[in-house]
Amino acid sequence: MAKKAVEAPQADYAQKYGFRDSEKPLFQARPGLSPEVVKEISGMKEEPAWMRDLRLRALEVFRKKPLPTWGGDLSGINFDEIYYYVKPTDRQVRDWDNVPQYIKRTFDKLGVPQAEREFLAGVGAQYDSEVVYHNLREELAKQGVLFLDTDTALREHPELFREYFGTVVPLADNKFAALNSAVWSGGSFIYVPEGVQVDVPLQAYFRINAEKLGQFERTLIIAEPGSYLHYVEGCTAPIYSADSLHAAVVEVIIKPGARVRYTTIQNWSTNVYNLVTKRAVAYQDSIMEWVDGNLGSKLNMKYPAVFLMEPGAHGEMLSLAFAGKGQHQDAGAKMVHAAPHTSSVVVSKSISKDGGRSSYRGLVKAYPGSVGAKASVRCDALVLDDDSRSDTYPYMEIEEEQVSIGHEATVSKIAAEQLFYLMSRGLSETEAATLVVSGFIEPVVKELPMEYAVELNRLIQLQMEGAVG
Amino acid sequence: MPKPLFVIEDLHVSVEGKEILKGVNLTVERGEVHALMGPNGSGKSTLAHTLMGHPRFQITQGRVLLKGKDVLSLPPDERARQGMFLAFQYPVEIPGVKVRHFLRMALKASKGEEPSVTEFRKQLFEKMALLEMNRSFSERYVNEGFSGGEKKRNEILQLAMLEPEMAVLDEADSGLDIDALRSVANGINKLAGPHMGMLLITHYQRILNYVDPHFVHVLFDGRIVRSGGMELAQELEAKGYEWIAGEAVA
Ligand SMILES: Nc1ncnc2c1ncn2[C@@H]1O[C@H](COP(=O)(O)OP(=O)(O)OP(=O)(O)O)[C@@H](O)[C@H]1O
Ligand SMILES: [Mg+2]
Repeated sequence: MAKKAVEAPQADYAQKYGFRDSEKPLFQARPGLSPEVVKEISGMKEEPAWMRDLRLRALEVFRKKPLPTWGGDLSGINFDEIYYYVKPTDRQVRDWDNVPQYIKRTFDKLGVPQAEREFLAGVGAQYDSEVVYHNLREELAKQGVLFLDTDTALREHPELFREYFGTVVPLADNKFAALNSAVWSGGSFIYVPEGVQVDVPLQAYFRINAEKLGQFERTLIIAEPGSYLHYVEGCTAPIYSADSLHAAVVEVIIKPGARVRYTTIQNWSTNVYNLVTKRAVAYQDSIMEWVDGNLGSKLNMKYPAVFLMEPGAHGEMLSLAFAGKGQHQDAGAKMVHAAPHTSSVVVSKSISKDGGRSSYRGLVKAYPGSVGAKASVRCDALVLDDDSRSDTYPYMEIEEEQVSIGHEATVSKIAAEQLFYLMSRGLSETEAATLVVSGFIEPVVKELPMEYAVELNRLIQLQMEGAVG
Repeated sequence: MPKPLFVIEDLHVSVEGKEILKGVNLTVERGEVHALMGPNGSGKSTLAHTLMGHPRFQITQGRVLLKGKDVLSLPPDERARQGMFLAFQYPVEIPGVKVRHFLRMALKASKGEEPSVTEFRKQLFEKMALLEMNRSFSERYVNEGFSGGEKKRNEILQLAMLEPEMAVLDEADSGLDIDALRSVANGINKLAGPHMGMLLITHYQRILNYVDPHFVHVLFDGRIVRSGGMELAQELEAKGYEWIAGEAVA
């Protein structure tokens, strides 16, 4: 097929999502990181001493740990130029009418209130570093479900908070987890009591809106025995000339018989470093499912983990990565089998285009005694042109003989015969290629809530337009 | 005089430097069904692909006119929009894309407008009933895991939905059991009408027991060496292609 002129992958991204507000935030810390900045953040939030001390300890760890040398190229991050805290408003607003106009305009463009009207249970929308809008349906509150921004949770539920915070991802876990622990702000806190089934997805919309702003949200989810919850986060970010850093930490605790699904669709602008630590611990007969769609960012390093701690625990990872021009998606999963008869499934789908690079990096670990554990990993890569690249790094650490581990990997291109078949039915070359891509990611997309599936297909369409090899 | 629907004029086609079609001439009018028969490797699929615009085939000579306009410089999607259709001998899989979704996109792309959801469903289920297909079929992924017969039916379903003006069917009958053959042939009979021209490529006379072609042509070594009516197909069936081979060299 004839090669068409190649356009920038997100040519109209700036126009569609890259709108920016020029108004000044109320408070902005100095750029760079020091114990003073950390104390200032903690002081602004009027936090208890234990949290301030934890932050300071984390800062020490962050400073001591070297940058990882594997994964992607992190040398472009200048930690001294990053603003570690920005607070756009000085108060929490639950009522949409009280949200400041300039923030509202941004959310209007993102469709948050509309989405809410449709079928959201509660909306936690993060703007800069502080959650400004948070709404929780009354039925949920009556059931004892907590859905708060993380700062409020620390203020209002200090014991619960302290019991779980940092237990899944300790502050010294890795350099970026340490950074997050030192300067975290915002994120979601969810607590679901025993036996409670939250049957509508809980959603949060994240957005970075200040130049050189690092965003460090912290999410903590606790699912008591027999409960169910689906948390959905979607991210878009405006385009900047300077690089932005996003280093989040997500901790999930799934008690016996509970089930948690955590869905992420992220579309950071292509200058963002997205370095996220996501981890879940799953107890007896519980289920943890990560559904993770990575479209944007300059470098994405994300390997959601499930620690399968007790018999019958099940972990799942459905991951989708799209690497366009100048992007590196280094994504994968970690499944750690620490008990007998645990099981895990990893399905990874990656697409590389216009010189983009996507890597699957995953670990399956089976500890001695994890008898009868089952793990399966499947990685499919679609490479759309000769400039693009795909790699697979599947690590296996199997210390128990009586386990069954399966791994399959495929790399493919869009076949000329597929394009011809679809074009013979009237589809243009781009439509044909887009349809093949949408079929390729269907196993992930069909697991998404409908509006997200639509949005994801639209984003993929945007990425595909104007360039087919 | 109105222009003929479809004219192939002295068509020469090469693949990787090797000449496969060596001067094919054929005219199809609206309302006509032409059967094209020929042994393995005689160039039937090459002709079909070339007519639809597969980029692998190099046209070294000749013209193909649809409603008086040469289509050889048009990409396949443009040919489809102008009213051409090809039912593939070996349809490819499009994993993850549902038949229903694919048909809707194809309709939108070739007709330029999208039918309403209810209108589309109604149409789809009507055509599926016509071809004796189970409705659940529309929820399956295009050609993925389809049996040979299911693939053929799916091609005819597309023909039924898209209602082209000029349809080329490349071995719509091969690999079908007797019941499937009957329902595919029934479908073809119902779809072929006064507004459509059809080129039915086949090996065997079998399908011609159900579909009555107005003309029968024999393609041999890249040329149409005989044309006639049903009696030609019967003769071919009785004497085999060697008979033609003998004549062709003679
Ligand atoms: N890509 C190709 N490269 C080389 N030769 C090719 C290619 N495609 C087709 N051919 C050759 O062209 C000739 C005609 O093939 P074609 O598929 O058109 O035959 P056919 O009449 O459809 O056969 P069948 O009855 O088996 O379907 C054959 O000799 C075949 O090997
Ligand atoms: Mg053939």
